[in-house]
Amino acid sequence: MPQRGYPSPAPPRPVLILLSGRECNLTITRWSTMQVSMKLEMKDTPGQLVRVLEPISQCGGNIIAVIHQRDPESESDTLDVQIVLDLPAGSLPAVVDQIKGLGVNILRIGEERLLHKRALIMIGHIMHTDISDTVDQIDRTGYAEVSELSLMMPAINERSSARITLRTANRKDMESAVAILREVAAKKDLLIVEPLEEMA
Amino acid sequence: MKGMRVALLGFGSVGQGVARMLGEKDLPLTITAIADSKGGVIDPEGISLPEVFSRKEKTGRCGKPGRPKGAKGPEVTALDIVRSDAYDALVEVTPTSMQTGEPALTHIRTALGLGRHVVTSNKGPIALAHRELTALAARKGVALRYEATVCGAIPIIRTLRDGLLGNEVKALFGVMNGTCNYILTRMEDEGLTYDQALGEAQEMGYAEKDPTYDVKGLDTAIKLVILANTVWEMDAKLEDVDVTGIDLITPQAIQLAMDEEVAVRLIGEAIPSRKLLRVSPRIIPRSHPLLVEGTLNAVTVVTDMAGELTFIGKGAGAVETASAVIGDLLSIREQYDRRP
Repeated sequence: MPQRGYPSPAPPRPVLILLSGRECNLTITRWSTMQVSMKLEMKDTPGQLVRVLEPISQCGGNIIAVIHQRDPESESDTLDVQIVLDLPAGSLPAVVDQIKGLGVNILRIGEERLLHKRALIMIGHIMHTDISDTVDQIDRTGYAEVSELSLMMPAINERSSARITLRTANRKDMESAVAILREVAAKKDLLIVEPLEEMA
Repeated sequence: MKGMRVALLGFGSVGQGVARMLGEKDLPLTITAIADSKGGVIDPEGISLPEVFSRKEKTGRCGKPGRPKGAKGPEVTALDIVRSDAYDALVEVTPTSMQTGEPALTHIRTALGLGRHVVTSNKGPIALAHRELTALAARKGVALRYEATVCGAIPIIRTLRDGLLGNEVKALFGVMNGTCNYILTRMEDEGLTYDQALGEAQEMGYAEKDPTYDVKGLDTAIKLVILANTVWEMDAKLEDVDVTGIDLITPQAIQLAMDEEVAVRLIGEAIPSRKLLRVSPRIIPRSHPLLVEGTLNAVTVVTDMAGELTFIGKGAGAVETASAVIGDLLSIREQYDRRP
């Protein structure tokens, strides 16, 4: 369930991991999606809004909110619409071109990435306690995601160590995400080493 | 005899450090009684320190065999000294149980009850009975000082009590255990495993044979309790601290931290507004003022007026601890006792 207006988690992407030898280190970096808000000026005619939204879904984007207010006093034949989108990284220029091609005027574009980043270290039987579940518990919140995971496994049956990087839009969401990770870690008997963030 | 009369209980590393420094420095403090666990000596005119040192070296005890002058029994015990009127301030630095606080707790309670000042390096009694002992001292109009219980040579308690008067202390963070800091630093510098670094620390005399108390974070937790009770009068107990040690830290975890220009340190933190008392290994940036190397200690104090202040210094050592004890004695003399 999306919460507090954030995007639904992206569909799972398959990752192939090859494990060989006794010592194994791997890093998975995920290209995160970005949140974009746009203010558009379009003709106040039936079907115009649907046409504008089409290129967004075509490129794999997700529409999070469409806000438009019609001013009954207005004499103008144009309409201002604000849209909030979740787009795959790098797809923004194409979307902008297609919207412009429809004769829609883009008044403003604001990019809201998951700006808040925090790296934590996990120690324990990270693989054997289902690492994809650990990551999923964060991803499925809808407001936080694991953007990078570096794993070091010295030998089979020995405890492994990982650096896990979380991203959220703000500090409050980060605290909630870290609290979830703490809970998951406690259940899986993993030690979490958190950054000292409380200063000042 | 000059200045304030001091009775010294405990003649191990810290006790000898205090005695040696008082012997070397011309301070208005005179030791009139000394005891170790096997007995002691009293001399109202001032103990001859060289005599006690040489006797301790030869016989392993600081008390004289036979009947010493001024004592009622066949031998002077530590408790005899506490009950005597040969001193103004008691320095309690005996080896003491962390669970019961004894024998220090009884010594301190008795001395305060008799209206004597007390200075101690013993964490047990201060962590266990802070409220009771400070109330007793206040009732008797005497001082109870324990600078040496936390962060060795760093005058953190005097700073919090006097140096930052008028400030609201909002939070405390610290690297308060030299053993843990040494182990983590060595793992970082040499890529050692935890066991290797611990073994090295034990060889160097930085870690006890049974390192549990240090590496499990309990020593840091007790220091945190002492600071929290001193600054905020929390009446906190060891059980109130959320404690995680460093014994599960892997070399790979240290490596993963180093890749990101951060380091792992055992941090004690107290934030009263969030009812937070926590000891845990944490990641801190390399540029952070709390990031100290080796056996050093560091404490950051967050205040409303003075902002953030960080103090760095040696957390242990005979002379460093003596610095804290002697500082307490002189500050008591300054406040209460103005005899020449």
